[in-house]
Amino acid sequence: MSFSISLIVNGSPCDVELDDPRVTLLDLLRERLQLTGTKKGCDRGQCGACTVIVDGRRINSCLALAVSHDGADLLTIEGVATGDRLHPVQAAFITHDGLQCGFCTPGQIMSAIGLIQEGHAADDPERVREGMSGNLCRCGAYAGITEAVLDATAAMALTDRRRSA
Amino acid sequence: MNVVTNNKWIGQSTIRPDGVDKVTGRAAFAADTTMPGMIWGKVLRSPHPHARIRGIDTSKAEALPGVKAVVTAKDIVEFPVDKSVMLGIQDMRWMCRNVMAREKALFPGHPVAAVAATSEAIAAKACELIEVDYEVLPWSIEIEDAIKPDAPILHEFNTFEGKPSNIAGKMELKKGDVAEGFARAEVVVERTFTTRAVHQGYIEPHACLIGVGADGKTTIWSSSQGQFMVRAMTSLLTGIPQSDIRAIPAEIGGGFGGKTIVYLEPLATMLAKKSGRPVKMVMTREEVMRATGPTSASTSTVKIGATKDGKIVAAQGTFYLQAGAFPGSPIRGAAGCSFSPYDIPHVLSIGYDVLSNRSKVAAYRAPGAPIGAFAVECVLDELAEALKIDPLALRLKNAAKEGTKASHGPVYPRIGYVETVEAAMNSEHYKAPLGKLQGRGVASGFWFNAGGESSAQVNITEDGNVVVTTGHPDIGGSRAAIANVCAELLGIDYRRVSVIIGDTQTVGFSNLTGGSRVLFASAMVVTQATEQVIATLCKRAAKIWEIDPEAVTWEEGAARPAGANAGKFPPLTLKELADKAPALGGPVGASVQLNTQGAEGGFGTHVCDVEVDVDLGIVRVVRYTAVQDVGRAVHPGYVEGQLQGGVGQGIGWALSEEYIYNKDGKVDNPGFLDYRMPVCSDLPMIDTILVEVPNPKHPQGVKGVGEVPLVPVMAAVANAVHNALGKRFYALPMSPPKVLEALEVAQAAE
Ligand code: FES
Ligand code: FES
Repeated sequence: MSFSISLIVNGSPCDVELDDPRVTLLDLLRERLQLTGTKKGCDRGQCGACTVIVDGRRINSCLALAVSHDGADLLTIEGVATGDRLHPVQAAFITHDGLQCGFCTPGQIMSAIGLIQEGHAADDPERVREGMSGNLCRCGAYAGITEAVLDATAAMALTDRRRSA
Repeated sequence: MNVVTNNKWIGQSTIRPDGVDKVTGRAAFAADTTMPGMIWGKVLRSPHPHARIRGIDTSKAEALPGVKAVVTAKDIVEFPVDKSVMLGIQDMRWMCRNVMAREKALFPGHPVAAVAATSEAIAAKACELIEVDYEVLPWSIEIEDAIKPDAPILHEFNTFEGKPSNIAGKMELKKGDVAEGFARAEVVVERTFTTRAVHQGYIEPHACLIGVGADGKTTIWSSSQGQFMVRAMTSLLTGIPQSDIRAIPAEIGGGFGGKTIVYLEPLATMLAKKSGRPVKMVMTREEVMRATGPTSASTSTVKIGATKDGKIVAAQGTFYLQAGAFPGSPIRGAAGCSFSPYDIPHVLSIGYDVLSNRSKVAAYRAPGAPIGAFAVECVLDELAEALKIDPLALRLKNAAKEGTKASHGPVYPRIGYVETVEAAMNSEHYKAPLGKLQGRGVASGFWFNAGGESSAQVNITEDGNVVVTTGHPDIGGSRAAIANVCAELLGIDYRRVSVIIGDTQTVGFSNLTGGSRVLFASAMVVTQATEQVIATLCKRAAKIWEIDPEAVTWEEGAARPAGANAGKFPPLTLKELADKAPALGGPVGASVQLNTQGAEGGFGTHVCDVEVDVDLGIVRVVRYTAVQDVGRAVHPGYVEGQLQGGVGQGIGWALSEEYIYNKDGKVDNPGFLDYRMPVCSDLPMIDTILVEVPNPKHPQGVKGVGEVPLVPVMAAVANAVHNALGKRFYALPMSPPKVLEALEVAQAAE
């Protein structure tokens, strides 16, 4: 039996046939859509490496079944930059060295974008640390990650203000 | 030829060359590639801690539609147990049995067979169809059980003091005569400590993708701390010559020592060879936790004696380290590093390598040294207390310096240990007041650091830029640091230097990314290669100007006449010389291979503040400063990153991480939920102080920096907890249940 679902992935509509209802969103992205930027660190919802944004909310894609996301709007690390212009969060991760090996980085960045959209963290480092605590970084780049999120939040708020002014 | 530099790039935290790829998801890690016709491999693992394998029937698995190949130990080259074949520090007798169980399965998770099939699901199903006839044997997990006289023996051929034993080795380091030393001591502290096995915890699971052509030509794409190690081990275990194996290093998603040996590559190679299809294998997190790494659990007894004025006169340590199922625990690091920061006349340090039915341990950041330092640095804290001396003053009084004969053998050249203690003492942190239920602890640590074989090519592109090819996976920012070194020597912008990691068939042999050796060794080879390139460029300019090559100097990216006598010529830039290269003798480049010598050990001193929640038993690290003699910080940002990363791992080891075994001899917490590594909110911002005492034996003064920062951490945390609660912990981790238990015991005693 096969299941067909339609998704919007990084702005482009995409129809997928699934032969197995157990396929996760993560495996769909990595194995069927060749979007390997999203990482699998545990496949159990415990590391955050697979974080993507679905309908505006950050989720662990390894815990989400693809079939139950028919019609969903997905944003992955591959869709974050605009052409060769990095998203402010991506740029801030480079400036603040919010990464070492870089394996957790796509998940951290997606999580940061989600956190900033949620609007609770703002300029409070404690809240940023709390808000980013679903994303493990064994290289210990947490200091850089926290600074990057704070910096990007400020930069994005500034752009928003400029836009609305 | 003269080279003039003004250190424009060395010492700068330049923008990392791999940054954009890593923030956009383009960086290709081991599991991120495919090959046409690719199929999936899966490992069948032993459920038993200890069992003789009487037979394996793979026929049902082979008959399952979609299954393309099955391999067992029969397909892996056997190294007989009575003859050691070493590859670096690994013995192939154990490696061949670790990648695939042969006579016996020795830990839960030990591979017994592997399958390749058209999907992961079919491969997993096929594994279930393999019938293994096990004779289940008694087992032991803990050191205390494994060394009992009647303990079940893992390897019957292994004897210790004439009898079959689980003690696989002993090493002893001796300086002076400890009996004589202790006779002079006025204060002696002796304590026993235990630590639990902890995993390196890299977020990227082991993975590989391997294709084998009909002619045997093999391509390996995998993530490791050494593509040459992957090639050599795979060659030895499959019989394919090294010249036919091209091992391509993927980006590595963390290793910390744990990716210095192979697990999957030989199996995937044999599956690919048998099936004629490229095979991809990716471990699950549970497989990573059960069958790879971790580092040893340990039991250590340390005794230190001093005179009343605080001079240490004798020290003795006995370190029992778990090796897991095969010999090779890091006793050298534990016994050899623990007393090295100090000038002690009489030292006896003994390490025992203990087998048990756990996965074979792998290197973990300064292997063994953090275990030894935990014991020694906690005893020093008690000694300081007994002597009523500030703990850093005690260390300063006994600090090793230039000329000190280290307990592990060498006589130190100029080292920076004293400077680290002084910097810690003078830090604002050390003087800051503490709050209620807060405590402060200090500890020092040492790691050998390593040199060894490295190769590099420096090539000038036709458009006048530079490509540097080296042979070690970049795990801590080495590409950026090497670009700084090369750009500095050439006097050009670092962005004109592109550093890439070559595969095994395109660059000369380069040893592992391990032992904190990479920047030390590769900066040395890249320096020599760059100097050769500069010499060639100067010769070319001399030819154009028709003057003596000795009369040409290289400065700020261009050849220039060395002085007024050399003649008056406008400078020739790298770009101009590259343009003229075809007419002047051809491409400009150099290749250098060295067995680098002169790596000097590294020292660190840490200050840690904790706060204890006495109701919940939670210890929080609220402030942390790591001071280290880093030789020369070629890229300070990455040096700081290494220090912060090491401290983070140490805090996990001290407070929350441990392998928990159940009554069936199996790991009960093989995932990130119950094996608790620090998350962002668990750690404070970690401050670093970089002390730079250049290594006199290195062109840029480089010392390894990556491993030292883990060494002092557990002791610094434990000493801080004692300072907060007045209660000492001799066992790690100091997790909430254990802290609560200790507080209750203390309360009951009152
Ligand atoms: S892979 Fe999804 S949380 Fe770890
Ligand atoms: S950068 Fe390596 S795990 Fe985060």
